[in-house]
Amino acid sequence: MIARILAILHARNIEFLRDRSALGWNILLPVLLVVGMGVIFSGDGRSMFKVAVLQQSQGIDLTAHRFLQTRFIDFYAVGDLDDALAKLSRHQMDMLISPADQPPQYWVNESSPKGYMLEKLIAGTGSSDFIRGTVSGSAVRYVDWLLPGILGMNMMFSCLFGVGYVVVRYRKNGFLKRLKATPLTPFEFLTAQVLSRLVLIMGLTAMVFAGTSYLIDFKMSGSYLALFVVATLGATCLISTGLLVAVRTASEELAGGLLNMISWPMMLLSGVWFSLEGTPQYVQDIAGLFPLTLLLDAARHIMLDGAGLAEVMPQVTQLAAMTIVLLAIGAWLFRWQED
Amino acid sequence: MSAVLEVHNLVKEYPGVTAVAGISFSVEEGSCFGMLGPNGAGKTTAVEIMEGIQSASSGEILYRGKPIGADFRNEAGMQFQSTALQDHLTVRESLQLFRGFYKHGADLDELIESCSLEQLLSRDNRKLSGGQRQRLLLAIALVNDPKILFLDEPTTGLDPQARRNFWDLIEKIKKRRTTVLLTTHYMDEAYILCDTIAIMDHGKIIAHGSPESLLKEHFSDVIIELPREDFTVSPTSLPWTVHEKIDSVEISVASVSETLAKLLELGVSIDRIKIRPRNLEDLFLELTGTELRA
Repeated sequence: MIARILAILHARNIEFLRDRSALGWNILLPVLLVVGMGVIFSGDGRSMFKVAVLQQSQGIDLTAHRFLQTRFIDFYAVGDLDDALAKLSRHQMDMLISPADQPPQYWVNESSPKGYMLEKLIAGTGSSDFIRGTVSGSAVRYVDWLLPGILGMNMMFSCLFGVGYVVVRYRKNGFLKRLKATPLTPFEFLTAQVLSRLVLIMGLTAMVFAGTSYLIDFKMSGSYLALFVVATLGATCLISTGLLVAVRTASEELAGGLLNMISWPMMLLSGVWFSLEGTPQYVQDIAGLFPLTLLLDAARHIMLDGAGLAEVMPQVTQLAAMTIVLLAIGAWLFRWQED
Repeated sequence: MSAVLEVHNLVKEYPGVTAVAGISFSVEEGSCFGMLGPNGAGKTTAVEIMEGIQSASSGEILYRGKPIGADFRNEAGMQFQSTALQDHLTVRESLQLFRGFYKHGADLDELIESCSLEQLLSRDNRKLSGGQRQRLLLAIALVNDPKILFLDEPTTGLDPQARRNFWDLIEKIKKRRTTVLLTTHYMDEAYILCDTIAIMDHGKIIAHGSPESLLKEHFSDVIIELPREDFTVSPTSLPWTVHEKIDSVEISVASVSETLAKLLELGVSIDRIKIRPRNLEDLFLELTGTELRA
């Protein structure tokens, strides 16, 4: 069994590595995105500001302070000061205010361009009664917050399309039918596909991680081992999702549609580009089920907050459970050929 | 000899179509068994059920007296009518991939030599000609040193020279006492390679036996063929069956010497005459009343 798995693993690796255009794109895309978006979002690229209001109730009382009536600012309630300050330091919000205090207070991340703009707005609206506060400890740059998102997004696309699309192509062109005529079992075939993609994506991600670290010198506060475990589990879970799409279909168009349907919500709602802080709770609940959300939450916790494996155990457990369930369903539903 | 493969009343039905309509036969160990018939006769469907690639609607297939199981997967070699290989792999890497699926098998160097692949080993498998690709697919079918080899229309689309070369390879395999099950719509191929044939049409076997015995059973005559312009008499005035074709006339006769004497007497030129025995194509025509549909 091992020999058979190794045989197909080796062949798949060769196929991937010799497809130069795909390989180049896998390396080049995330680097370009990290550098490009880092530059764009360090300036005034976004017009919407997110300001958290420290209070115990959910609804915002706009009459509590005149600043709360400023247009084009998304005000939302938070209850815990320490938690809010941590999020402020990680660019998950642009400003924290406590209008009920006497005198009222606000906190900003001094490296946040939008925080700077909001301070100017406060001054411009005549709200000079605010006391200024800043986040303690080392504030996180936007690019530090963005980098795990970009790497995670690249992993997601590579895992979903690199496995799902390839298996569908194999089925469509009859290669799976030929494999069915050998002693290779579906379990062996699927295991080889998962391992092949996992080894390649982890290797490529490590290269991109090292390269961007050299270029940008981003923040890495936590354990590399914990990050490796989280990235491996996240990638395996995403590969399993891709396999589930490919277990029966022989249509590349259908597979492409399904994979897009899975990947785009994850790209937009998993916190790749911006935090979901302030969005409706149901959106956050749905996004919390996505493998990419779990992966990014854990990775940022490790990289930005210095968390260890124990502290990201909830995400690790959820990713492991999802992987087992997805793989089991995939193996059960798998067919070498169309029905 | 004992039967290595037995097929009992095999049926395969698709909605509105019966592709295989209850066929039964057995394949002797070490023999070459040919399934002949036009496209759409049900050959490939029947073979793919025997290979375990498709399921039957009903019927039974036994390999060495037992239902198809894990032993069969290890002991059978298969060449499909069309097979895609993994992209970007060379000929050698493609062979190594499939060799890796089996515990025991052929020595790759010997296999490469016997299938004349030495000059192609580092070539991308997508850049092979039709004949080269078929030789590679045959080598892949042989990587496990199979006891039984299924070849589904292996020479379709090949030029005459490539077909001849392929036949030589099959003859080599037969000499090793490997059981071969071959489907083809080329009657000459079946006649040359097969010990036993089953002629299929519309999902049924319409004749079964050795090529010689079938021809002997159905025909006692030979065919005399004349160019049409040389045939200057009315067919109805002759005591033989005359089959008029576009460019020629075929006369079915029991005695060649008597026929030639009669034609000379009628003033027909026999300078460009051809005499041939009956072949499997004639048999198919006789059995179905139609030309073989390639």
